[in-house]
Amino acid sequence: MRSIYAVFKREVKAYFTLPIAYVMVGGLLFIVGWLYYLSFRWFLGVSFESMRNPMMASDLDISSMVVGATISTIGVVSVFTLPLLTMRLWAEEKRSGTVELLLTFPLRDSSIVLGKFFAGLAVYVALLLLSLLYPLLAGLYAHLDPGPILAGYLGTFLLGATLFAFGFLCSTWTENQIVACAIAWAGFLFFWLIGHAADFAGSDLSKVLTQLSFAKHHENFAKGIIETQDVAYFVLFTVFCLFLTLRSIESTRWRG
Amino acid sequence: MIEVDHLSKYYGPVTAIRDLSFSVEPGEILGFLGPNGAGKTTTMRILTGFMPASSGRAVVAGYDVFAQALEVRQRVGYLPENVPLYREMTVSSYLHFVAEVKGITRRERPRKVGEVMELCGVQDMERRLIGNLSKGYRQRVGLAQALLNDPPVLILDEPTVGLDPRQIIDIRQTIKNLRNDHTVILSTHILPEVSMTCDRVVIINDGQVVAVDTPDNLTERTQPYRSIHLEVQGPEEAVLAHLQGLPGVLAVAKNGANPSGAAVYTLSTTKERDMRADVARAIVQQGWQLLELRAVRLSLEEVFVQLVTEEVEAHA
Repeated sequence: MRSIYAVFKREVKAYFTLPIAYVMVGGLLFIVGWLYYLSFRWFLGVSFESMRNPMMASDLDISSMVVGATISTIGVVSVFTLPLLTMRLWAEEKRSGTVELLLTFPLRDSSIVLGKFFAGLAVYVALLLLSLLYPLLAGLYAHLDPGPILAGYLGTFLLGATLFAFGFLCSTWTENQIVACAIAWAGFLFFWLIGHAADFAGSDLSKVLTQLSFAKHHENFAKGIIETQDVAYFVLFTVFCLFLTLRSIESTRWRG
Repeated sequence: MIEVDHLSKYYGPVTAIRDLSFSVEPGEILGFLGPNGAGKTTTMRILTGFMPASSGRAVVAGYDVFAQALEVRQRVGYLPENVPLYREMTVSSYLHFVAEVKGITRRERPRKVGEVMELCGVQDMERRLIGNLSKGYRQRVGLAQALLNDPPVLILDEPTVGLDPRQIIDIRQTIKNLRNDHTVILSTHILPEVSMTCDRVVIINDGQVVAVDTPDNLTERTQPYRSIHLEVQGPEEAVLAHLQGLPGVLAVAKNGANPSGAAVYTLSTTKERDMRADVARAIVQQGWQLLELRAVRLSLEEVFVQLVTEEVEAHA
């Protein structure tokens, strides 16, 4: 526990000493903020129109149409930005050789893996917390239903953890950060889009493909539905990637 | 303290070390000598628990490096060859991190970090980023982190490489001061370093131990005959002939002259006894002037080259 914390602290500090965390958090909040602004303006337009049409007004819901949509946008944008956080975690240690010292400190491999993983995840959580600003702003002008928003955040957090664990694994495979980033991107897109392949596959295969997709499992949260199978999917995916990471580090040891 | 028993390591088809065995006594400084690619770094990496061996066994401080890796790592301070440190950290924050990882309590950390910084002479660099330090200072920070928590065993891979002569002397002195409380293995290919700092030497070549002994014994053992350096003022022909005639002298060669014009000779004499007194007496009795007479020892360089080439010839 103590050693997980030591590694965690060092990695978090490194994120903020090197400018990656600032660039990534800043960039992501900017993009999401801009999309949020657009959807808010669109919602405003629709609201004005519905003043003349009371039937339509009953369907208007700012919690899901603006805030919920924004939260799932964070998930989508994360697919593109998270590899920037994960790529250095092992690749840089391998390239600079610091991995040799790290692996000869009196630490269990699992402590190192968890310490690094939680450090990156902490940066992601910080980003999610900062993005709470958007629902809070909307809350100033409208009554918001907290349920769907919290569900949306849970979904986006779980998606982020999964993406992160996958990118983390990719980083152990190479000593080149760019390569680590590229593999992570390819993997993310594969698991994001695999659901689309289901449309063309046979009925049995299509069920399997749909169940493998990030997008499919992320969808429900945005609607405010927390399903056990979606939570299980993300948690298992994350744990499996961490397990493979541990194995990959062990193999690094054998190969030297 | 360190027991290496028939250790081998293969990287795929490449053999890094083959059937390596040696041991290190507590409080000893062992020099690890060998040409590039001989397997020094591989051996050290196995001993520090960084990588497992393909076969064989190594015990450090009473613990098996493979089965009880964590116990071993708790007791070993390691300075890898290229001193890989986190460049974006300051010296002080890096050493605090290592202290924490090595299990030093929060209360003790400032004191222990202060101690090693002073020992390695980096206290003035405390607030500097490691990436901005010179090679010499980075080397010292590397040594400082190895010394944190006072590990009984130190494994230093080429600790003086890339340092200026002053720094080399400093680091060597620091290492010498560690003797007795610590068991040290240090690898190097600077030979005088070995004779200056080490109690014993292991010479490895091509992944195998070629020789294990004290530096003095090694020189003694490898030398096939004794050698005497001689400067005499006198008729050269007569001197040569007379020296050649002495019992126990195997060969005499004239090696030019010294600045004052006296001839310089090199004598090879029998290994059985010291011939210096006999030679001196012989020259003085002839009425020649004896200007200098001393025993010449094979330098460690020569020993090393001889051992390493012998090995190659034996294989061929």
